[in-house]
Amino acid sequence: MSLKYALYTGCTARESTPELMKSTLAVAKKLGIELVVLDEASCCGASHLQDFDDFLSLVLNARNICYAEKHNLPMITICNTCQLNTALTKERLDNNPELKAKVNEKLKEVGLEYKGSVSVRHFLYALIEDYGLDNIRKKVVKPLSSFNIAPFYGCHNIRPSELHHFTNKTKESAYNPTSLDELIEALEGNSVDYEHKNKCCGFHADLQAPHTANRLTGNAIVDAMDNNADMMVTPCPLCHLNLDVKQHAASKEIGREVHMPILHLPQLIGLALGCTPEEVGLNHNVTKAEFV
Amino acid sequence: MEKQKVTINVFRFNKETDYLPHYDKYELEISKDEVVLDILNRIKWEHDGSFTYRRSCRHGICGSCAIKVNGRSTLACKERMIDMIELFGNELTFEPVSKKRVVKDMVVDKKDFWDKYDAMRPYLIAKIDEHPKSENIVSPKEAEKIEEADYCIQCGCCYYACPVVNETNEEYFGPAAFVKAYRFTADIRDNDKEDRLKIVDELGKGVWDCVKCFECTEACPKDLDPMKKITHLHNQLFEEGVVQNNVASRHAVGFKKSIEKHGILDEGMLVAYSEGFGVLKHIPEAFEMWKNGKIVMPWSMPKSKKLDEIKKLVKISSTAKF
Repeated sequence: MSLKYALYTGCTARESTPELMKSTLAVAKKLGIELVVLDEASCCGASHLQDFDDFLSLVLNARNICYAEKHNLPMITICNTCQLNTALTKERLDNNPELKAKVNEKLKEVGLEYKGSVSVRHFLYALIEDYGLDNIRKKVVKPLSSFNIAPFYGCHNIRPSELHHFTNKTKESAYNPTSLDELIEALEGNSVDYEHKNKCCGFHADLQAPHTANRLTGNAIVDAMDNNADMMVTPCPLCHLNLDVKQHAASKEIGREVHMPILHLPQLIGLALGCTPEEVGLNHNVTKAEFV
Repeated sequence: MEKQKVTINVFRFNKETDYLPHYDKYELEISKDEVVLDILNRIKWEHDGSFTYRRSCRHGICGSCAIKVNGRSTLACKERMIDMIELFGNELTFEPVSKKRVVKDMVVDKKDFWDKYDAMRPYLIAKIDEHPKSENIVSPKEAEKIEEADYCIQCGCCYYACPVVNETNEEYFGPAAFVKAYRFTADIRDNDKEDRLKIVDELGKGVWDCVKCFECTEACPKDLDPMKKITHLHNQLFEEGVVQNNVASRHAVGFKKSIEKHGILDEGMLVAYSEGFGVLKHIPEAFEMWKNGKIVMPWSMPKSKKLDEIKKLVKISSTAKF
C-alpha cells in the first residue's frame, strides 16, 4: 500500500510540541506513508483570528489548502483545531460559490486559486480510513496490552458533527465516539471508558479565563484517573498542552493532586510499532511517562 | 425493525423529600415510530404516575421537554427512539438536562437560564413612529442576517450542554443568551446595538469566556448553530468599535500580528502581546516547557516559506480594525 499526503503541521508541532512532529514522521516512516510537509502554510488562526477578522481567516486557510492542491495530494492535519479551521474553510467555500469567488479574487493576487479538489482530514481518520486498523494491528511489535489508555478525543475533531461528516468517511458520533478506542484496541491496549472522553480541555480560554481552562483540564484528568487510566492519549496538541503542561495548575484549581502521562496519538502508535521513546520525542513531555 | 426491547434507566429525585437521587429501571418494547416523549408518557401513564417531566406542544416549538439521553441534550418530542438506540445501544438513561438544578425527576429550575436571557433585554429597542405613513420594510437580505436566531425556543439544550456554565463559571451567560443577543444586534430595526454588545463584551460573563467546544451547536435541536452566533458577536464587537482592549481581544488580534510577521504563530509573542505585564505569571510554566525543549527562542523563530505572499494577503484581505 502506498499512501502519500500533504502534511499541514500547524504551529504547535513546530514550536511547543516538537514531539508531535517527531512522532508523526516516525509513525509515517514505520507505516511506509509518504508525507510532503507544507512549509508554505501559515497559521490557521486557531479559532481566534476569525473572531477578529473572519474573511482574513478564510483567505489564509484557503491558501494553505491551495498548496496541498498544488501537489494534488489529500491534506492531513495533526491538530484538531487546524482540522476545524481548515475543514470549515473548505466546507464554506465549497458550498458557497460567491464566497469562493471573493476569496479567489484575493488569492489571485499571489498567483493562487482555491479549487476545492483535495480532502482535508486529521491524521487519525486518514489512518483509519485509508491505512486501516487491521493493517495497523499487523504492524504492532510492542503490544500495549498491559496499559489502560484513556482516549481524549478533543472537541474540534468530532464537533460540529455536520462538519465531521462532511469531512470523514468515519461517521463518528460526537456523543459516542469510537475511533480512538478502536485504535487503542488495535494496538492491543485497553481503552478506558469515561465520561470526559469527548469533553473540552478548555484550551481556548487559557489566557482570558484560566480558572475555566484549568478546571476543565483537571476534571478530564481526574475522570480518567478515577477510571484507572495509566495514561491518556489525544490527537490534538492543544489538548495535549493543557493536559500535559498544566497539571500543576489544574491540581490547584480542583483541589486534588493529579498526575497522568499524556501521549500524543502518534507517540502512542509509534511506541506500539516499535519506535524508541526518543524517536517519538517522549523526552519533551512535561509529565513524564515513567513506564516506558 | 418492528419492535425492540430496550432497558431504560430513569433518573428520579424529589427535591422536597429525597436526600439522594435514584434510577428506576424499565424494560420496554419500543416501536419504530416512537419518540422519546412517547416513552416518558408511557412510563408515567403505564408504570408510575408520580413520574414528572415538562411537556406541552409535542411539536418542537414550546421548548418544554428537553432532557438528556445518555448525556446528550435532546428535545424529547423531536428525538426518535430508534436513533437513540442506534447511537447508544439497547440500554438508555434518561436524565434531566441538569442534575444539580433538579426540582423533581426531569423538571429543572431554569431560573439562571431565564435571568441570563433577561439580561440580554430580549425585546426590540427602537424609536417607533406611532403614526407611520408607510410600512417599515426590512429587506430579505437584512432579515437573513439574523440567521434564524429568532427561531430559538429557549429549550435550554445548548445552555445545559455548555461546559463553562455547568462545570466552571455560573456567571457565564451561555450560548442561548448569546443567540438571543445576536437576534437583536443583527436586527436592522434595533437601536441598541452598542449597549447590547457592551453586555456580551464583559470578561467573565460574555463571549470571551467561550471555550469553543461546539457543544452548543451539537446540542441545538433547531440547528441554530449558537457557536456561529458567538463568532458573529465577536466580529460585531470589533466592527462597532465596542471591544475593550484586554487580554481576550488582544489574543484574537495577536494572531494577525504574528501571521503577518512569521506566517506561523509566534506562541511566545502571542502570550506576551495578549497578557502585557500579566505575562509574568506564565514564567513558571514557561520554564518547565523550556526545560523540556518546548520553547522556541525569538531568534530561532521559524517562518513560513513564501512569507511575502502571506504578508501581501494579510494586507489586501484584512477587513477588521483594532
